[in-house]
Amino acid sequence: MKEQVITVLKKYTFNPAVWDNATNQSRIIDDLKINSARVVDISLDIEEIFDITVEDDELEKLVTIQDILNLLEKKKGD
Amino acid sequence: MSKRVVITGLGVVAPNGTGSEQFLHSLKNGISGIRFIEELKELGFGCQIGGVPDISQSSFLPAIEKYGYTDASDVIRLAIAAGLEAWIDAGLEIPDRFESDPDYESGCIIGSGIGTADIFGNKIIPHTNEKNIRRLRSTIVEHSMLSGPSAALTAILGLGNQNTFNSSACSTGAESVIMAFDRIASGKADRMLAGGTDAFSPYGWAGFDAMRVLTRKHNDEPEKGSRPLSASASGFAPGAGAGILLIESLESASKRNARIYAEILSGEINSGGQRQSGTMTAPNPHAVIRCIHSAIKSANIEAGQIDFISGHLSSTMADVIEIKNWVKALGLPKQDFPYINSCKSMTGHCIGAAGGIEIVAAIMQLYHGFVHPSLNSEDLHPEISDIIDREKIPLQLIENADIKYVAKASFGFGDVNTCLILGKL
Repeated sequence: MKEQVITVLKKYTFNPAVWDNATNQSRIIDDLKINSARVVDISLDIEEIFDITVEDDELEKLVTIQDILNLLEKKKGD
Repeated sequence: MSKRVVITGLGVVAPNGTGSEQFLHSLKNGISGIRFIEELKELGFGCQIGGVPDISQSSFLPAIEKYGYTDASDVIRLAIAAGLEAWIDAGLEIPDRFESDPDYESGCIIGSGIGTADIFGNKIIPHTNEKNIRRLRSTIVEHSMLSGPSAALTAILGLGNQNTFNSSACSTGAESVIMAFDRIASGKADRMLAGGTDAFSPYGWAGFDAMRVLTRKHNDEPEKGSRPLSASASGFAPGAGAGILLIESLESASKRNARIYAEILSGEINSGGQRQSGTMTAPNPHAVIRCIHSAIKSANIEAGQIDFISGHLSSTMADVIEIKNWVKALGLPKQDFPYINSCKSMTGHCIGAAGGIEIVAAIMQLYHGFVHPSLNSEDLHPEISDIIDREKIPLQLIENADIKYVAKASFGFGDVNTCLILGKL
């Protein structure tokens, strides 16, 4: 699951160097330097891959890679 | 004291050539890019032909992909391909995105006549009507906004001067070049990418078909459809593409020892105000002549020194009016009228991109010393053959032409006019 998430995120990072020290706690906008507008696209990609729906209030809480993984765990549990 | 302004880079994606090399070959060999378009037939267009460039042949396609513009309007994709070609052709480098600062001396003015109708028709309107707005994704605005071409080139090149869009119908591309010329001449920028871009889209072309200004008589012989200056011209063949130039102060070009294609001696813009015989769709001849006179005067040359005219000449009834205007404006004896041709005879009328593509063509002729054939003009309109000699409108390539001064004009709906005088340095 994490690998698929990373693949999605890599689509939106222009500078490969941001992945050198990336961890699950890396912040999507501040650390991975992904344009804030692209979080919408990341959620759409994740919806398609994992066949889930990301609500607007859930989208707002996606700050780190771990947040995405937590959301996916929760949705899987649902 | 205004600065001298030169052209150091050319970029083009035209119906008859993707990239300068292929375009130059087509110009010299009279190769038309007008084809039958099945989609137009299926949609019930009266005109089912047009000039559609093949951007898949562009060597800048990887850059379009790398910077995330694969799904953008073709208006933007064509501008990226032509703009980067002009930049590289000028001997400039694409800076590293993460290691470079803004280049405050370089800017971008890229215009369009129709704009991003393709992405509105194919994506925004259908998704919105289907209440599927989220699926437009976050890139939809940058992929469809009118300043998208200049914004995209800024993203890639780090341009820190003025980056904007202009639109004046079919004079757009020439207008953007003149606006860039003025900015550099006034000392506000050292370098500007400037030109026009317009995409193939039935949504963009339908209005012209409805107006019946597109030819309907050559669906079975597309290459004969665009026939500027001809007695049998029956409307223009629509086209798409982008023509972008790297315009630079002579001082800047000399400092970096750049190749100089031509000097822009003057660029004039005016309007007939839709007064006298000028209307929304027809030019006021007084204003056209005034525009040409002003350009010649500002260039500090005499009308008789012009060796070659790259006309607007779009294969409509306005061609006769244009020739009459040139004859009056130059005021020369019949035998002294310069060579004149129409690039649109090979590309069709690329609307807002026409001026940019045709200035690239004009500069190629000036720099390489040739006059390209004006296709399909074998049956000259009698009102044209009455006032200029047949030999001044070449049906075959004229090689080894000694061209020192070129006049290039573009005219557009809204009764707007542009005229540039280009000179060999």
